[in-house]
Amino acid sequence: MADTMQFDLVSPERRLASLKVTSVQIPGADGDMTAMEGHSPTITTLRPGILSVDGPDGTNDYVVTGGFAEIRADGVSVLAERAVPKGDMTQEHLDEMMEEAKTMYSNAKEAFENEPGPVDDAAKLLSDMVAMGEHMGLTAKQ
Amino acid sequence: MANLKDLKNRISSVKSTRKITKAMQMVAAAKLRRAQEAAEMSRPYAERFNAVMAGLAASVGGSDSAPKLLSGTGSDKVNLLVVMTSERGLCGGFNTNIVKKAKTHAQELLAAGKEVKILTVGKKGRDQLKRDYADHLVGHVDLTEVKRLSYADAQGIAKDVLGRFDAGEFDVATLFYAEFVNVVSQVPQAQQIIPAKFEDAAEDEGATTLFDYEPSEEAILADLLPRGVATAIFSGLLENAASEQGARMSAMDNATRNAGDMIDNLTIEYNRSRQAVITNELIEIISGAEAL
Repeated sequence: MADTMQFDLVSPERRLASLKVTSVQIPGADGDMTAMEGHSPTITTLRPGILSVDGPDGTNDYVVTGGFAEIRADGVSVLAERAVPKGDMTQEHLDEMMEEAKTMYSNAKEAFENEPGPVDDAAKLLSDMVAMGEHMGLTAKQ
Repeated sequence: MANLKDLKNRISSVKSTRKITKAMQMVAAAKLRRAQEAAEMSRPYAERFNAVMAGLAASVGGSDSAPKLLSGTGSDKVNLLVVMTSERGLCGGFNTNIVKKAKTHAQELLAAGKEVKILTVGKKGRDQLKRDYADHLVGHVDLTEVKRLSYADAQGIAKDVLGRFDAGEFDVATLFYAEFVNVVSQVPQAQQIIPAKFEDAAEDEGATTLFDYEPSEEAILADLLPRGVATAIFSGLLENAASEQGARMSAMDNATRNAGDMIDNLTIEYNRSRQAVITNELIEIISGAEAL
């Protein structure tokens, strides 16, 4: 058994998980990363995706959007604006999130006509959502 | 004598008032427990968030490239006061205390020749501020329909505030709400949210660990600062919800006790006048019998 570290997953409304785990796979803004005990201290922002936690009682998956992860040598804290256990994720949830991302995209397109930055960000957010939906076997309505 | 009947009516009316205030007190107590739990649940997020932000702000803060939400617009001319109060009354001095704090702040700013804009959340505060500061009100957020506060509500308010900031409508934003200390004490607070301020206490912790940042520090900060505004508003809303119920509970407790005292006094008065009536009648009968 590999060494364990403390893992906390908190959303603004509640603490979803706090336990000892062996590894955590984080959907970072610049790509997925897996953190294990002794990882160099890192802070990364999250993209919408699946957070996979390897704990004492098997693997737990959470759907997270927005927020950041703080990795220390002795543990990982993930602060997600929205976090739902994968099992509880339904088509309605995804539709709701897709709707939000789409509004953000169209708002960004209107507000920043000549600046590609924010529009690209919003487009990326939208495509991340779609990818996440497909990964989970749910259809993202376009 | 009509007086007796009046007293009787009075007593029964105060009795039903007492029943209502008693019920309101119990409802407030139940709601308070839930509000406190919600505030408790949100604390870990807010604490960790602020700790990380303080670390980030300390390392990026000095540079020129720091986002405007952190460094400010370079001026403090136009102030936005976000005044958060309750949607319902009958909660003692709760709303008045928050509004008083906001008014003092507004007066200071106006005296210093600055511009004041007010955004109200909750209709009770709006009603009170409308009297003196009607010209300064720029917006209102209605939470009447909200049964259970969620982060999305805070996000909505934050979006409104940030939209105004991006449009250059104000330079400094201050949040007004009541901090829940205990059932009898709620302290009105003024918290500056834009430009963001962080407590120094968390800095020491940040300084001991050197973090790698992915993407860059600036990018993370730019991403997190708007979320920080929403987080601050959310904690404010939750504190406010707990404070409101606490204030209502103690106000209704007092009301119930007052009603009890009133009933006691009225009952004594009622008994006295009833006795007086009987004595009177007896005197009449006796003097009538003597005259025979």
